[in-house]
Amino acid sequence: MIRLDHITKVFNQGTADEKVAIDDLSLHIPSGDFVTVIGSNGAGKTTLLNLISGTYFPDNGAITIDGTDVTRIPEHKRAKYIGRVFQDPLIGTAASMSIEENLAMAEKRGQKRGLRWGVTKAKRERYREVLKRLELGLEDRLRDPVGLLSGGQRQTLTLLMVTLSIPKVLLLDEHTAALDPKTAHKVLQLSREMIENYRLTTIMVTHNMQQAIEYGNRMIMLHEGRVRFDVTGERKRNLTVDALVKSFGAVLKDETLLTAAQ
Amino acid sequence: MASILRILPISFEQGLVYSLVAIGIVISFRILAFPDLTVDGSFPLGAAVAAKVIISGYAPIWGIVLAVAAGFCAGYATGFLNTRLKINSLLAGILIMTILYSVNLRIMGRSNIQLLTYHTLFTPMESLKISRFYLVIPFFFIVAYGLKILLDLFLHTDMGMAMRATGDNEQMIRSLGVNTDRMTLLGLGISNAFIALSGALVAQDQGFADVGMGIGTIVAGLAAIIIGETLVRAKTVRAFTLAAIVGSIVYKMIIAIGLRLGLAPTDLKMATGFMVILALGLPVLKKEKEGKLHLRGI
Repeated sequence: MIRLDHITKVFNQGTADEKVAIDDLSLHIPSGDFVTVIGSNGAGKTTLLNLISGTYFPDNGAITIDGTDVTRIPEHKRAKYIGRVFQDPLIGTAASMSIEENLAMAEKRGQKRGLRWGVTKAKRERYREVLKRLELGLEDRLRDPVGLLSGGQRQTLTLLMVTLSIPKVLLLDEHTAALDPKTAHKVLQLSREMIENYRLTTIMVTHNMQQAIEYGNRMIMLHEGRVRFDVTGERKRNLTVDALVKSFGAVLKDETLLTAAQ
Repeated sequence: MASILRILPISFEQGLVYSLVAIGIVISFRILAFPDLTVDGSFPLGAAVAAKVIISGYAPIWGIVLAVAAGFCAGYATGFLNTRLKINSLLAGILIMTILYSVNLRIMGRSNIQLLTYHTLFTPMESLKISRFYLVIPFFFIVAYGLKILLDLFLHTDMGMAMRATGDNEQMIRSLGVNTDRMTLLGLGISNAFIALSGALVAQDQGFADVGMGIGTIVAGLAAIIIGETLVRAKTVRAFTLAAIVGSIVYKMIIAIGLRLGLAPTDLKMATGFMVILALGLPVLKKEKEGKLHLRGI
């Protein structure tokens, strides 16, 4: 489904701040895989997602999604393949626009937008039904601006927005890191349900080793822009945080990651 | 009191025709969060195009049509500088505004054109035996309010919502597949089409077009929308466009009252400037928290 061939991305090339974010990285993710990605700060996790989504282009290498070479295709034209949830709950929704308007915009992901009425009665009824299942009471607040919602509510809404138009690829970028533990857990459960129901090919970046082990069928660890560790199936199921720390603690040297492991 | 009543019709007439400028500014500043300064050039551009068409012997309606098209191109040009050439939004507006000064002189062939002896859109209304206000005010009301409704409708379509999201959360709407550059170009085009239409109507209403008539248009328009948003307590799109019309009329009233009370016409722009500074500065000094929407674009 996703194929990265010898991808390199260097920031601030030729300056004193030059940083090799992704270093000759190749990765193949078959359809239906749920991959968790861990790595210390600056390992290239978010850069990887940004390259796949087209936020910026790689300096070298090729990216293929579902058989299409998307290496030089701008972000807005890749959107029909990709659903994305960011770490910052504020990024996934438009604050000044209403809940129903945000949902309607998401439903049109990757499609042509013309002069048809944005939120029809039929759509509103449908949104009310899907919102009911979240049990956040949002079904009675369809016309409220999203800016009035809490971070957790907004992140849950962003997830729901992804399901309104099923993508081929789902990118989750530490999407629960900014939430309180209880909300984070709920959002994670919802993500898992969604991924299983729709068999979404998923890449989930996380700072939490326990999450990385618990979720998905494959885990990769990035370090200095390369894949340092790649584990799937049986071996991944038998993985423990302790074992991971023992093997890679010295490499990771990341307080957040290690604290989360304790 | 009697003298205040006497300024009412003229305030309504001017407020309504200039409300098209305020609506244009709502599109750029409020909807797109783009502080577009093209305004001071696109307003006289509309006037210049309309005047030139009329003295060349064509029907006034063609002057209106061409003025709107010219305004759209002016806004599009500013958007082009910003999105494609990556020039800062304020500078892009100033550049096009400055270029338009020469363009307007070229269109008119001189620094001003008198229209009093020509057949304009208002000539039929003035030939009747009733006061011109009875016809001109309803006419401007229908134009301004009708276009407000059309704009409201547009902003609730799929494309219009994508335009609003471009100003609200560019990263989000791009990840949903919208070419935000195109939205900015289209939005600035529509915004300046509104403003040029206002210029074309003002030139015919007052009977002349002048290359200097655009100076201070942006500041007056901002004053109008700030007054309007305070009075209407605008939060929704419909309320923002309504606020532009209400604010524009009230602003013209305040100016008319000020002039009656002895404000020198030459101090008008200074007074308007201070009005805007006060409106923007007072909440900061009082440490009031402003909503994101309210600060947008300014």
